[in-house]
Amino acid sequence: MKATEPLQVIDSKGGANGYDPGLSEEELLHCYRTMLKVRVFDETCLKLQRSGRIGFSIPNEGIEATQVGAATAMRKTDWLFASYRDFGMALYHGIQPVDMMHNMFGNAADNSRGRQMPVHFTFLEPIRFVSISSPIGTHLPHAVGAAFAAKRRGEDTVAFVSFGDGGTSSLGFHSAMNFAGVWKAPVVFLCQNNGWAISCPSEDQTASESYAIKGKAYGVPGVIVDGNDLLAVRKAVLEAAERARAGGGPTLIECKTFRMGGHSTSDDPTKYIPKEVFDAWRKKDPILRFEKYLKACGLWKKADRARIEGELREEISEAARTAEAVGPPPLETIFSDVYAELPKHLRAQGQAAFDLARRKGDAMAGDGEFPL
Amino acid sequence: MSNLTLIQAVNDALHTTMQADPSVHVLGEDVGKKGGVFLATENLTNEFGEERCFNTPLSEDGIVGTAIGMAMNGLKPVAEIQFQDFIFPAFDQIVSEAAKLRYRSGGQYTAPLVIRTPYGGGIRGGLYHSQSGEAYFCHTPGLKVVIPSTPHDAKGLLISAIEDPDPVLFLEPKALYRAVKGEVPEGHYTVDLSTVREVRAGKDVTVFCYGAMVPVAEKAAEAAAAQGIDTRVIDLRTLLPLDEEAVLDAARSTGRVVVVHEAPRFCGFGAEISALIAEHAIEYMEAPVARVTGFDTPFPNTLEHHYLPDQRRVLDAIERVAHY
Ligand SMILES: Cc1ncc(C[n+]2csc(CCOP(=O)(O)OP(=O)(O)O)c2C)c(N)n1
Ligand SMILES: [Mg+2]
Repeated sequence: MKATEPLQVIDSKGGANGYDPGLSEEELLHCYRTMLKVRVFDETCLKLQRSGRIGFSIPNEGIEATQVGAATAMRKTDWLFASYRDFGMALYHGIQPVDMMHNMFGNAADNSRGRQMPVHFTFLEPIRFVSISSPIGTHLPHAVGAAFAAKRRGEDTVAFVSFGDGGTSSLGFHSAMNFAGVWKAPVVFLCQNNGWAISCPSEDQTASESYAIKGKAYGVPGVIVDGNDLLAVRKAVLEAAERARAGGGPTLIECKTFRMGGHSTSDDPTKYIPKEVFDAWRKKDPILRFEKYLKACGLWKKADRARIEGELREEISEAARTAEAVGPPPLETIFSDVYAELPKHLRAQGQAAFDLARRKGDAMAGDGEFPL
Repeated sequence: MSNLTLIQAVNDALHTTMQADPSVHVLGEDVGKKGGVFLATENLTNEFGEERCFNTPLSEDGIVGTAIGMAMNGLKPVAEIQFQDFIFPAFDQIVSEAAKLRYRSGGQYTAPLVIRTPYGGGIRGGLYHSQSGEAYFCHTPGLKVVIPSTPHDAKGLLISAIEDPDPVLFLEPKALYRAVKGEVPEGHYTVDLSTVREVRAGKDVTVFCYGAMVPVAEKAAEAAAAQGIDTRVIDLRTLLPLDEEAVLDAARSTGRVVVVHEAPRFCGFGAEISALIAEHAIEYMEAPVARVTGFDTPFPNTLEHHYLPDQRRVLDAIERVAHY
């Protein structure tokens, strides 16, 4: 890929080059706290997975500014079609760590009834964080449809859709961009370019000079942003959202960042990413970058990283303990929600499962390991 | 002979054919340096180079579509779809193109590709890393559908699939990837497609199964034997084209039949076996055919062990048909 200069706001000294993000002191501190929350949530999940208490997690380290910066541009009435690597978007909008932990444990309190894998969240409140689907790219056209509907219904909501660099190769990406362009749908496409799709680098993914430029062919403006610069992400996403709200149509935003870990807890990135690449990106840590800005704004005293991290560790460990103490979902959750009304054949299958459990005992959990 | 897991046997088959035939190419997501997320293609890039085993963009439609073109033009592509759950973007290419090319061109053009993909539950993969979609594909004339359950068969069947003149969907039971180990001959050998394998002899009840359900059925059969029900277990191993005669012979031999699969029951492969028997062997049957299957629901996560047929459920069905 050709090096195209990404949009940057925060410079090496913490200055913002005259950009006023329009965020209050409180909101800036909320951004900072949320990035730390992502990191602590992430660390906690990795530990839970390593100790066998949950089956799987997705590392989010390094991507906090992309997630949180984008989240600052969303209103509670907007739609968010997120991917599995978007902890920060949920946390920024006040989704509770304990509710996310219920999903990580797949327990009876999980709002998807333990049906989905960990990190496949779904929330309706306090923001429409649409149920995550594993197949890559399938959710992009949904965002376009929801945005189209918003327009038809006279709402000023925007549909945000987040996906990875790999996701740009999916059929869903191309259909969604094309439809959004034709319909001038109020959509913001957020491409989280973390350089890798599992073990496949961008050279395996595309011969384009960037991901953002793919918008051009669809009549959708593309922007490249430094994804580790929270304010740059905010700036680009807010502009795109405002244009969408004003009837100006969709934007594709490529946030250049880096996954500071494996694809998932089952992946060993040292097999395919050289150590020097990690070292170089560690220096671009998005949290440190934002700290510089807070310092330059005179907010550093209030930020107090150690204290916040301490509080977050407490809160998130407590969330994990709470979720772990909840039992598995009941057997009937296998059969409910398949249809609005339980059909007869499913009622019969459920009954047979109960009867068998009564006569022959319960099914035994296996010990399969997730590889991906 | 070496003692291999099922996934090592798959790797061995790829290795063996790539060595023997320079037209064999392996493509898919992460199949290169990483060797695939399950490591089925481990070391193939190292050994045969990036031209022979390579990563593709993240598009199953692209993977299968380009593999069809490669196959038309003299290569032998072995495409990996990372999980069978993610094959659906390629459904059009498989069903509309690969499976119909020979027919619609009067045999002038063909697409002898192999699509390998892990399927089935047992790894806490939830809705989208657990499904058994064989029935969708078995409804596709022109396609072959193969499912091994042992390391020996995995290698022999995969080599047959690669050498076959028609498109083959090779479904690998991921729950067995490392759970089963067995003797695998070195070098080239084949196991014929469209043949079944008798896993266990028995004269009272026949259990038809495939993939990860084979060891489950085997254990259930042993438990049944302990109660005096002599149970025959047949591994179907090629679902399409099915060895119908072998199925009917086995059904007739006991007059009592259980079919087991992980996939949902409705319109599942068990329905085909059941219908075959109803059409051609009804006069031999001493009991209605029993199906033990996944429920007609999406695949759950936490409760997957309730969803998957287990020894308990299969044994219950064996007892029911035996005592009918
Ligand atoms: C259609 C489809 N194919 C394959 C997969 C398996 N898979 C899961 S994540 C992933 C890589 C995604 O990379 P990217 O879009 O860059 O997102 P990232 O994980 O880097 O955030 C793959 C291939 C999938 N989930 N869906
Ligand atoms: Mg990526």
